[in-house]
Amino acid sequence: MISQFFVLSQRGDNIVFRDCRGDVPKGSAEIFFRKVKFWKEDGEEEAPPVFNVDGVNYFHVKVVGLLFVATTRTNVSPSLVLELLQRIARVIKDYLGVLNEDSLRKNFVLVYELLDEVIDFGYVQTTSTEVLKSYVFNEPIVVDAARLPPLGPAAIFMQGNKRMPGTAVTKSVVANEPGGRKREEIFVDIIEKISVTFSSSGYILTSEIDGTIQMKSYLTGNPEIRLALNEELSIGRGGRSIYDYGGSSGSGAVILDDCNFHESVHLESFDVDRTLSLLPPDGEFPVMNYRMTQEFKPPFRINTLIEEAGALKAEVILKIRAEFPSSSTANTIVVQMPLPTYTTRVSFELEPGAVGQMTDFKESNRRLEWNLKKIVGGSEHTLRAKLTFSQESHGNITKEAGPVSMTFTIPMYNASRLQVKYLQIAKKSKTYNPYRWVRYVTQANSYVARI
Amino acid sequence: MAPPAQSQRSPSPSQPSGKGEVSDLKLQLRQLAGSRAPGTDDSKRELFKKVISHMTVGVDVSSVFSEMVMCSATSDIVLKKMCYLYVGNYAKHNPELALLTINFLQRDCKDEDPMIRGLALRSLCSLRVANLVEYLVDPLRSGLKDGSNYVKMIAVVGVLKLYHISASTCVDEDFPGTLKHLMLNDPDAQVVANCLSSLQEIWSLEASKSEEASIEKEALLGKEIIYYLLNRIKEYSEWSQCVVLELVAKYIPSDSNEVFDIMNLLEDRLQHANGAVVLATIKVFLQLTLSMTDVHQQVYERIKAPLLTLVSSGSPEQSYAILSHLHLLVMRAPFIFSLDYKHFYCQYNEPFYVKKLKLEMLTAVANESNTYEIVTELCEYAANVDIPMARESIRAVGKIALQQYDVNAIVDRLLQFLEMEKDYVTAETLVLVKDLLRKYPQWSHDCIAVVGNISSKNVQEPKAKAALIWMLGEYAKDMQDAPYILESMIESWDEEHSSEVRLHLLTAVMKCFLRRPPETQKALGAALAAGISDFHQDVHDRALFYYRLLQYNVSVAEQVVDPPKQAVSVFADTQSSEIKDRIFDEFNSLSVVYQKPSYMFTDKEHRGPFAFSEELGSLSIGAESADNIVSSQRVEANDKDLLLSTSEKEESRGPTHGGSAYSAHIHDGSVPLAASETQSELVSLDQTLPLNEPPASFAIDDLLGLGLPVARSSVPSPPLKLNSKAVLDPKSFQQKWRQLPISISQEGSINPQGAAALMTPQALLKHMQGHSIHCIASGGQAPNFKFFFFAQMAEESSATFLVECIVNSSSCKAQIKIKADDQSTSQAFSAFFQSALSEFGMS
Repeated sequence: MISQFFVLSQRGDNIVFRDCRGDVPKGSAEIFFRKVKFWKEDGEEEAPPVFNVDGVNYFHVKVVGLLFVATTRTNVSPSLVLELLQRIARVIKDYLGVLNEDSLRKNFVLVYELLDEVIDFGYVQTTSTEVLKSYVFNEPIVVDAARLPPLGPAAIFMQGNKRMPGTAVTKSVVANEPGGRKREEIFVDIIEKISVTFSSSGYILTSEIDGTIQMKSYLTGNPEIRLALNEELSIGRGGRSIYDYGGSSGSGAVILDDCNFHESVHLESFDVDRTLSLLPPDGEFPVMNYRMTQEFKPPFRINTLIEEAGALKAEVILKIRAEFPSSSTANTIVVQMPLPTYTTRVSFELEPGAVGQMTDFKESNRRLEWNLKKIVGGSEHTLRAKLTFSQESHGNITKEAGPVSMTFTIPMYNASRLQVKYLQIAKKSKTYNPYRWVRYVTQANSYVARI
Repeated sequence: MAPPAQSQRSPSPSQPSGKGEVSDLKLQLRQLAGSRAPGTDDSKRELFKKVISHMTVGVDVSSVFSEMVMCSATSDIVLKKMCYLYVGNYAKHNPELALLTINFLQRDCKDEDPMIRGLALRSLCSLRVANLVEYLVDPLRSGLKDGSNYVKMIAVVGVLKLYHISASTCVDEDFPGTLKHLMLNDPDAQVVANCLSSLQEIWSLEASKSEEASIEKEALLGKEIIYYLLNRIKEYSEWSQCVVLELVAKYIPSDSNEVFDIMNLLEDRLQHANGAVVLATIKVFLQLTLSMTDVHQQVYERIKAPLLTLVSSGSPEQSYAILSHLHLLVMRAPFIFSLDYKHFYCQYNEPFYVKKLKLEMLTAVANESNTYEIVTELCEYAANVDIPMARESIRAVGKIALQQYDVNAIVDRLLQFLEMEKDYVTAETLVLVKDLLRKYPQWSHDCIAVVGNISSKNVQEPKAKAALIWMLGEYAKDMQDAPYILESMIESWDEEHSSEVRLHLLTAVMKCFLRRPPETQKALGAALAAGISDFHQDVHDRALFYYRLLQYNVSVAEQVVDPPKQAVSVFADTQSSEIKDRIFDEFNSLSVVYQKPSYMFTDKEHRGPFAFSEELGSLSIGAESADNIVSSQRVEANDKDLLLSTSEKEESRGPTHGGSAYSAHIHDGSVPLAASETQSELVSLDQTLPLNEPPASFAIDDLLGLGLPVARSSVPSPPLKLNSKAVLDPKSFQQKWRQLPISISQEGSINPQGAAALMTPQALLKHMQGHSIHCIASGGQAPNFKFFFFAQMAEESSATFLVECIVNSSSCKAQIKIKADDQSTSQAFSAFFQSALSEFGMS
């Protein structure tokens, strides 16, 4: 059980503070914030999600820059509490549409109301938006994510309901649209985070895809939904080492190492025809999480060349090649590379006609940064950086620099080839035809090339 | 360092601007209190919001209490809720004001709307005011019978709240009994789950006071209740499932069929997206199969994939919690994970606390087939720009080198680190090379060649400096410059701040002198002079000691300072296996994340209902007193803990954790008393034959002993009569054990049947009990078992014998150490003890 729950802003202010059991002193939020802010233990600079100060255990998760914290004196399951904190954040997001400091501050009464039903005397009662709907009466004051400054001390007295933001993902699950009726729609997002490590010779050392099929339903009456995945989908690699690539690829089969499912999913027909059926509860939830180490074609190849040019100079040439179809475009790409600590100056040279590219040398941590707005599939981009050193290098510069890491997002592309073949909604009537959105996105988790 | 909230002043409702406003609010609330005008509720809402936002940031708004209560007469449920929240927050510190609210809360408890009944009941129970308890009982009672599940569910937790305000009222009104009835009969899953949580907490706290409660607590683990809960497992919310599974993990099935039934039933829980459910299920699987080695290993194989999936899905915080558990399992059974080592490779964007766990796992799973790849990967990290990470990685390489047979390649890598010429890399590597040389002196040649090239000026960290100095002393013969390097270090003696380094310097220069006297004599003189005038006591003493030793006899000095050494085979483990087992028993709790058993970081009263197993272990064993069927598993856990407390203390082992363990136990000092008494009682209850009186047992021994005349002939006609009901609490046992000298230490034997019977060590305890020798603590795993026994003379209870007995069941040997109050009788007792031991397994 937990003793207290609170949400702190980045500056450490209490936005919400709920004491459930009264066995942890009131000053806990301040003790916690001080500890996290000035964490320094065994060379670590970042506080772990769970720590103990004077017999009080503090749990925290970071969500959109806010700290969701729980305290307890008992020896509880850390997984349970951290999961709970994450879930509370999700329920609040379901209600408010947008979760940020501003929306939380405007809706704190609603948040208290939710908390009252989520936790009673430190014991979790429910975290289902669906169930909570019948107990919670405050109407959310919806905040427009794009329009408001992030910390929003702006003097707005929100009265009643503000207009709904345009984008659907930031739409509250419970609030009504100004027109009265809600738009019937359902979103299914296939989100894949990929991790690849290339050796210095370009060979793939490790690769993994961590995927989630996420659903957010705005359908009234919770009709049954059937979600069909690739028929050639197999799970588990029976006994073999999961890094045993031999013969596993080649055919069109998608082989997942393992997966897990949301409570509401029925798996009766899954073994037969790879169909998931479920009664989607309100709000956002992961239908299925999966993990795959089957070989796949990495979307980017990174090529790094370092040439010494005299005693105090060197040149770095970075080449990025997009190896996905030209129908897709990656965006918000950042390439980073740590340089030798004795680097004093870097001058960059972009390819001729480069658009939407930015370069920077971060002197504080001796890091080269290359930002690209867009990369179209099949294209190639090069950056040349001339380094000036303050001292002669001890021989091998490659030992003092790198590895090159990359972050990116590629919409409508997925590396695993896992697909939602169709999304069927049990029909209520002939005219009932809600909007269905199936979207794919691939993101870099840890995308590293050694040099 | 929270910045002052005032700097962000704004009229937004959650950012109140200060104290002056409170009196304003008071006034406005008063005006609205009686108003029935339309729109009043809206204005009230705004005012209430302001009050609550003040409350949130810590401004004291208790002064508007009566106004809030006056305004609460409304049918607007949102207003009501805000009011309840406010009242709940301030009632505790303003009991007389709280009385004001009783009226309207009681009225609301009878409202038509179940929502309002529930909310009012929850608030009523949350007031936390002791003198209002009388008002709670009736609403609670009707709440538990309410037609609405919502109200019932709240009433059940209300009972627990009442218990914390006034335990006696709660028990006297027989609320726990009502909850038990509800738990077993109510159709609503959340009501049942709340009953279970509340009962667990109430009975755990009551157990120390009342026998009845401890029986009830034990009864929760009965087959019927467990099956009742398990059969409906999917009806519960994911959170309630965790509560149920936590309970099931303590259930002891009667046979392996039952184990498989439960595991089959819960199999699909491993595919749950909620990590807490999966970990709770894993705990059940691990605990149920503890005594089934093969299945236990299969469980490890089975849970690998789900755990890895959870580690990579979800937020970094959640994956850290899961990874900590994976870490525990990898450390227990590295060979099972040796093919999965790539999953433990670090990603560049992971926080350091995650990387650290992964490095430890990589170190643990390294074996002959994967070492090359793992070490290659670690070397990449060592070149990392992230310094703490680089250091940890070098240490990891060193650890792998120390645990591998073929260290050839690894030594080469370590030596390459020295060539990187980064100060921190050099420092870490030197420490490791020193350890390696202590274990593999055969590598000295290669290492010395490289170490010799390091300029001592580049080594600044005390640990690294000490390591370098040690090598200079130890390998003075092979390192040309050793005397001169040492000499130059001694010249800057005063600038050396670390006493550790100065101590090493003294020893090294001594060794160097013994090997190359003419070259070192001058340096030695300087070092001794500097050492003797050193302000640090240890340095001073060591210098003086060396000086006198040399004065006395140089060859004696050599024997003392530089005797021929044996290579170290195994470096001491920092954590005792008892502690590790204990953490394993507390799977799916904070103990795993902190890597400490719970007694090291929680107060006793806060260990909570999750802590059943610990309580069974060393705490309130009183709970078991009436339980006459004790499973082997449980007694084992019990013994382990007791062993922990005795052995750890007297041998003062475990330098890193020993200290805190020690104090924790002293804190709990009174508790093991109950434990030992209970245990002897338990054993006697289990006995089928009336073997309590020594004469009787001897008669049987005679009969049985016919086939074993040799063993029998050594049995003296017993000159000692032992007290069959002797009592000694562990604390006095420890005290005595420390004080008394060992009077007899010898090797005994057990017969092969006895060794086989040691599969259940309890059998031996029972057997010895038959001879009036009582066990106070035991532990260990096949083939090595350790027991502490005691016995007392029948006539004078002050004459006690203490025995430490280490049995090896594969060699059928026993190491026996006896301590006695009365030395003269110890020989007789020893013979008696050995004969009793040798008969074990013959019946």
